[in-house]
Order: sequence, then C-alpha cells, then structure tokens
Amino acid sequence: MAEPVLQIRGLCKHFGALRASDNVDLDLMPGEIHALIGPNGAGKSTLIKQIAGEIAPDAGTIRLAGRDVTASGAVARARLGLARSFQVSSVAGEFTVLQNVMLAVAGRLRRTYRFLRPALADTKLTAPAREAIARVGLADREGMRAADLSHGERRTLEIAIALALKPKAFLLDEPMAGMGPEGARSLTHLLDGLRHEAPILLVEHDMDAVFALADRISVLVHGRIIASGTVAEIQADAVVRAAYLGEEDA
Amino acid sequence: MTPLLEVSGLTAFYGPSQALFGVDLRVGAGEVVALMGRNGMGKTTTVRCICRMMPAGGGRIAFAGHDLGALASHEAARHGIGLVPEGRRCFGPLSVEENLVCAARPGEWDLGRVGDLFPRLIERRPQLARTLSGGEQQMLAIGRALMTNPKLLVLDEATEGLAPVVRQEIWRAIRALKRAGLAILIIDKSLKDLKALADRCVILERGATVWSGAPTALTDDLCVRYLGV
Repeated sequence: MAEPVLQIRGLCKHFGALRASDNVDLDLMPGEIHALIGPNGAGKSTLIKQIAGEIAPDAGTIRLAGRDVTASGAVARARLGLARSFQVSSVAGEFTVLQNVMLAVAGRLRRTYRFLRPALADTKLTAPAREAIARVGLADREGMRAADLSHGERRTLEIAIALALKPKAFLLDEPMAGMGPEGARSLTHLLDGLRHEAPILLVEHDMDAVFALADRISVLVHGRIIASGTVAEIQADAVVRAAYLGEEDA
Repeated sequence: MTPLLEVSGLTAFYGPSQALFGVDLRVGAGEVVALMGRNGMGKTTTVRCICRMMPAGGGRIAFAGHDLGALASHEAARHGIGLVPEGRRCFGPLSVEENLVCAARPGEWDLGRVGDLFPRLIERRPQLARTLSGGEQQMLAIGRALMTNPKLLVLDEATEGLAPVVRQEIWRAIRALKRAGLAILIIDKSLKDLKALADRCVILERGATVWSGAPTALTDDLCVRYLGV
C-alpha cells in the first residue's frame, strides 16, 4: 500500500483549558482529496496551522513525504513541498499576477532578485510562473495588479502560487469562501484536476464542493476527529448530521 | 404608499473608478428585498452607500422621509438602519453583553429579546467576542444590529463561511425577523434561501439595477444570465 504523503499522529494542542486539537490522527494519501469539515470553532484552522508549521503542537508528530517535520518551521515545510492557501486571500496586492507567482518560483528555486538583471527577463522564473498561471486560467490577467483582480480571481491566484511551489501536498483553507456560484464551480473543476499533481487536504464549508471533490471526509468537533469516511458514509452519519450538516445539506 | 427606503439613480466611485452607474431599489415597511448579482456587481457598495459608510457620487437615498445624502453613518443608524456588515466586525475586546449594550437604543429589542432569538448569546454573555466561534460572532453581529431597534435591517453575507448547521440556524432567525414584521435588505450567496425568504428581488449588473420582481418571476433564464446559476 502507498505511504501517506502527510501523516499526522496523536496531535494535541491546548489553549488554556480549551482543547483545540485532541489526539488527532489524519492521513493524506497520494492522489486524494481529503476534506476536513466541522463546526466553526472546532479547531480546523488550528490544525492547519500546526500542519503548516505556524504554531507548534503540544504533542504528536507530523510527517511529510516520510520525513518527520514536527520541529520544522513553516518555511522549511514549504520548501519540503507543503503549499498552503489561506481563509482570507493573502497575495501581494501591488504586485502583478506574474510577479506574485514568480515570488513563489524564486522561493522554490532559492533564487534572489539581482540588481543587474531584471527579474522579469529571467525565464527560469517567468516560464514556470506562466505555466502555473495558465494552468489556473489566469493567463490573460498576468499583467494586472493582484489588488485589481476580482475576489474569485485572487483565490485562483493563490492556487497558482501554491502550484508554482511544485508541492507534494496542498493545504487549502476554505478556498471557496466568498465565491459566487460560477466561481465555485470553476474552482471545483480546477481542484479536481490538481489532485493528480499533489493530494489536497481541503478545509471547506461549501458542501456542494466537498461532496463533489472528496475521496474521504474527516469531521472535527471540539478538536477531535469524530468520524472519517466516504461522502456517503459521512452523509449518513447521524452524529455528523447533528453536529455539522443539519437537515438540509446531507 | 411611500416606501421605507427609496434609492434612485445611485452612483459611486472608488477614486477614479466608477463602481455604481445607477442603482434603483425600494424597500417597503415590513418587506424583505434580496439584492442579487454576481461578485463585483456593486451589491456591497450599494449597501455601504445606503448606510453612509461611503459617499454616493450622485442619485438619491431617501429613508423614512429623510434624505440621507448629507448624513454620517451614525446618523443614518439613528434614523433606523441597522447594518450587519460583511465579515461580522464584532468588537473583539468587548464581551458579548458589551457588544450588545453599546449599540442599544430604546425600543422592543433588548437583551432579553435578542437572547430569545439567539439563546447561545446569553450563555456566552461575559465571554469576549474575539473568543467566539464564527457562527456565534455572526449571531452577535445580528443581535447588535437589532439592539439599535432598526426600521430596516441590512444583512450583507450573513451566512458566509459558516457551517451548514449554523447557516440553517441563522436562516431560521432571519425568517423569524420577517414574521415579526421587520423590513430587511439582504445579500447572500444562497439563491434557494433568498427565493424562499424574499418578497422581491433586485438584480445588479455592472453597478446598475437590471431587474426587479417577485422571486416567482425570477426565471432560470434570468438566473443564468445575471447570477451565473
């Protein structure tokens, strides 16, 4: 059986008396989209931040592509192939689409901008950036300032930035947030194709997207995984319906 | 009958960029109007102009017999416009109770009635707003707007980013507000819930009103053309 790209075991994180992560086990297998759902305040973002290396767990281990990265920082994990998008769009607004993605390529290649060579003429940076931009369908926007993009285009730019890192795994935190129906549909289609480049751990409240994309769903409530299974198994789970889905979306 | 809110020929600018090119909409007393349109078509800008959080470039905004054109946002609020802004914007360092009390104006809505609508806020009364979950913060943002005892409640994406079970709770509360006779202007992504709730829909396209009518008249063709659904 294939090894998980991302393997989390016994992860615990407390904030005072609050158990934000309570002995969490989670695997992300090659080629899969694993959705992490749960009520607001269940600890999903805290879990993502621990996986990304932004906050340290109190206990437990995180392995990426077979390496123990529990003690590594966020930059080291990104260089090892963990690409992350945020709940709120985090792009450089004054930079163009191309420049935003070039920064990610420069980070991956460990290239720095040099005074005597214009970065925009450096094809080692521009070619992979343009490839990622084309892949997400923003080719006709590459010269626009990120601040002038629509909300949906900014979310898509974040995916291009993640893609330019040539990651081993994607961590996507509510990529559909703020998208209209058209944008959500096209992003769902894009993510469906991305799973073949790297598996995706997807935190999302848009159940249409989750049910369309997920190979597996894990449900986090009060910091604990209370259920894990296929879409059909999760939809039929009475505890999940009571804690999260309610009566309409299942 | 004179509508509670009447917006006509509204224009607005962000610096040199024109965002609104002529928005017309009316909300009657006790009426629920859904403001619809794709992302970037001017829905939030319209709401910001109505609540006087940004200046209108031109046109007229009349509310309860007053021309809001020259007023500041707090004066519009005093005339009876209660805003639940996109992103909730609760006062994080204040407790739930302080968030509610700081907005209070005399009228039917008080802590007790807000607590009847959202019992969870009463359970969380001493807790700091920034420690609430997203769903609880949304309840607090609605409760805070109700504490101003508005004649018109403006809801901008009140169910965005919430778990399905919490979204359903918020929609139940909004339906209860409609039954209580409160006029509501609402923006939301859920076409299904909007059509079930609204008395009338107004669609914006490129910063201007292009359609207005009953939800039953909102055909599939219109939804595809203007909403991308």
